[in-house]
Amino acid sequence: MNDVIGLAPWLIGFPLIGAAILLLGGKATDRWGHWLGVLASAASGVVGFILMFRMIGTPAEERSIDHHLWTWLSAGGLDVDLGIRLDPLSLTFVMLVTFVGTLIHVYSVAYMDHDPHRRRFFAYLNLFVAAMLTLVLADSYLLLFVGWEGVGLASYLLIGFWDTGRPSARENAVAAKKAFVMNRIGDMGLIAAMALMFSAVGSVRFADVLPAVAGDGTGPASALISTGTATAIGLCLLLAACGKSAQFPLQAWLGDAMAGPTPVSALIHAATMVTAGVYLMVRSGPILEAAPTAQLVVVIVGAVTLLFGAVVGTAKDDIKKALAASTMSQIGYMMLAAGLGPAGYAFAIFHLLTHGFFKAGLFLGAGSVMHAMSDQTDMRRFGGLSRFLPITWITMGLGWLAILGIPPFSGFWSKDGIIEAAFIPVEGQPWRAWVFGTVAVLGAAITAFYMTRLFFMTFGGRRPRWTEGQHPHEGSPLMWWPLVFLGVGSAALGAVLGIGGTFTTWLEPVVGQAEHHEPVLPVPVIITVTLVVVVLGALLAFRMYAVQLVPEEAPRGSVLTRAARRDLYQDAANETLVVLPAHGVARLVQVGDRDVVDRGWGVLPQAVSWFGAVFRKAQSGYVRSYAAGMAGGVLVIAAVAWLVVGLGGAQ
Amino acid sequence: MDITNYVVLAAALFAIGATTVLLRRNAIVVFMGVELMLNATNLAFVTFARLHGDLTGQVLAFFVMVVAAAEVVVGLAIIVTIFRTRRSASVDDVNLLKG
Repeated sequence: MNDVIGLAPWLIGFPLIGAAILLLGGKATDRWGHWLGVLASAASGVVGFILMFRMIGTPAEERSIDHHLWTWLSAGGLDVDLGIRLDPLSLTFVMLVTFVGTLIHVYSVAYMDHDPHRRRFFAYLNLFVAAMLTLVLADSYLLLFVGWEGVGLASYLLIGFWDTGRPSARENAVAAKKAFVMNRIGDMGLIAAMALMFSAVGSVRFADVLPAVAGDGTGPASALISTGTATAIGLCLLLAACGKSAQFPLQAWLGDAMAGPTPVSALIHAATMVTAGVYLMVRSGPILEAAPTAQLVVVIVGAVTLLFGAVVGTAKDDIKKALAASTMSQIGYMMLAAGLGPAGYAFAIFHLLTHGFFKAGLFLGAGSVMHAMSDQTDMRRFGGLSRFLPITWITMGLGWLAILGIPPFSGFWSKDGIIEAAFIPVEGQPWRAWVFGTVAVLGAAITAFYMTRLFFMTFGGRRPRWTEGQHPHEGSPLMWWPLVFLGVGSAALGAVLGIGGTFTTWLEPVVGQAEHHEPVLPVPVIITVTLVVVVLGALLAFRMYAVQLVPEEAPRGSVLTRAARRDLYQDAANETLVVLPAHGVARLVQVGDRDVVDRGWGVLPQAVSWFGAVFRKAQSGYVRSYAAGMAGGVLVIAAVAWLVVGLGGAQ
Repeated sequence: MDITNYVVLAAALFAIGATTVLLRRNAIVVFMGVELMLNATNLAFVTFARLHGDLTGQVLAFFVMVVAAAEVVVGLAIIVTIFRTRRSASVDDVNLLKG
């Protein structure tokens, strides 16, 4: 392992250099820049493969390596070394990010073919990949934060990529800003968490902080953290994860982020960005375990978001927004699992991996549909596309079955694991297993409903509802080959890694071995119930959107439908609860500054000016009046001197 | 020799000079008034030098003469320049520097 560890920095280096060349090279790189972008991402993937195969070859207890690069900053008691942590968890992410990322790069070559700024697009994609790899490979929270911010920056640049020359340019720019600002709120949490860690442990390295919290005394920090501090750190980290992973209550940016080009949506939703929050939670597992309250909050946030996203997904007619809501919901599953302790970590990451594949496939499939339908995104204007887009149809079908959790497709293995873990009883709180288990099963049913709705509104239906002049056709091979790869991944990845617990064993060196607990219901019962509700949800959607005719104009719908269409009034709530008060404060400060501070200080120059005006009158410009003044002055002084001296002398 | 006569003469000359400076408008005449005032002080200096019996006052009178000569050169040059540009030697016409 040690002979190839030197390659690790190149994981980040390749895409970073790619981005630098594309951004600095300018127009000179326009002709071949996109292939350089693909190459940089693929090269990083190859390095990842090499490292992973060597990692598999090493004994389990040696699988966590901190590779020190150089000392970054040393200030007083804070020493931050730049280093890379290689372990099964970070390598899993490396593989997901580089593999899916490279497929998305290839797809983008064709998808962005006619865009005049394709080179810049690839520069940002490379930057995105580099930032995400920095995030997952960091060996300290501070370096993780660098990647964290880099991901935020790259997503901002990409969501607002079409910010000129389009009718929606303004909205795109606003969406990018919204994503950036909401992410910043989360970032504050991460900064606060780091400050707390430093004050409690004196370090922000994983190798120092996590053992100190776990209290196993293996770390150099002798002082162990109190439960209160651990809870505070855990909640701050959760805030950070909520921002990045679009969890309740910071999820509003995700739907608007669909303003970016579709490959960006695939990248944000599958491989990078939103998975960062789950990574942070799993990486910080020991902190959460030391703080049961924070853990419970994580589970609650996950549960709320998974229902929230699912409900929103049922009402969206825009294919990308429906998929965005679905992402939110699926990440909710992962957060829920991450809050369940060691029993859930492996499944959180497993679901993240399988979700990365099937959601990337679904998004790229949606991009393929949009490509075929002249950028139409309204599913009410699709229908009957299975005959015209067979490859997209089959690959999206695989993704659809995977997200539903139908065995043996990949989603079954991961999502079922989460649902089972949710049913595991917690000591002293018997209600938890029932509540969160039920929520997870309910979420699965709604997921089945909205994904089936999406699938059949797009591909099924007895008659097409297209707008005039549509001639749907498959895109170039560059577009459908990635779909095929992702489709195969959606179908098989779960079974390959899930059967026999291969993936769980692989992650064990990082997340620890979970003690075996029996769920409150027997496992076969849980699987059966889940499958039954999933099939029922799918059948209901099939009846409503495949058998019955879908109206071209959205019907008014019930109160709930209308609420879900508007993201359950999340934007309105944010507007009322946060934006308006903030505006009020800003206005108050503005008025205070103008009317109190400015006006208060304005009195001083006014007084000086008035004083000057009085004395200015003496300056008449006539030489003789000045001379008279001097003479008069001398006479007065002489008179005073004579009086004083004369009277003094008289005594 | 009565010192008082000299001092009274110096004071009278100074007063005449000062009055000239204050009342006349022609710059050349004002200048002459200034010269008169300077020479009045010279007379006073010399008088008191004699009274005290040392040379300090006489030396000072020489200094005043040197300064006065230099001042005449600069002053006349200024007056001539102003006259050329403004076609007037009246000090009341040079009143641009007012507040």
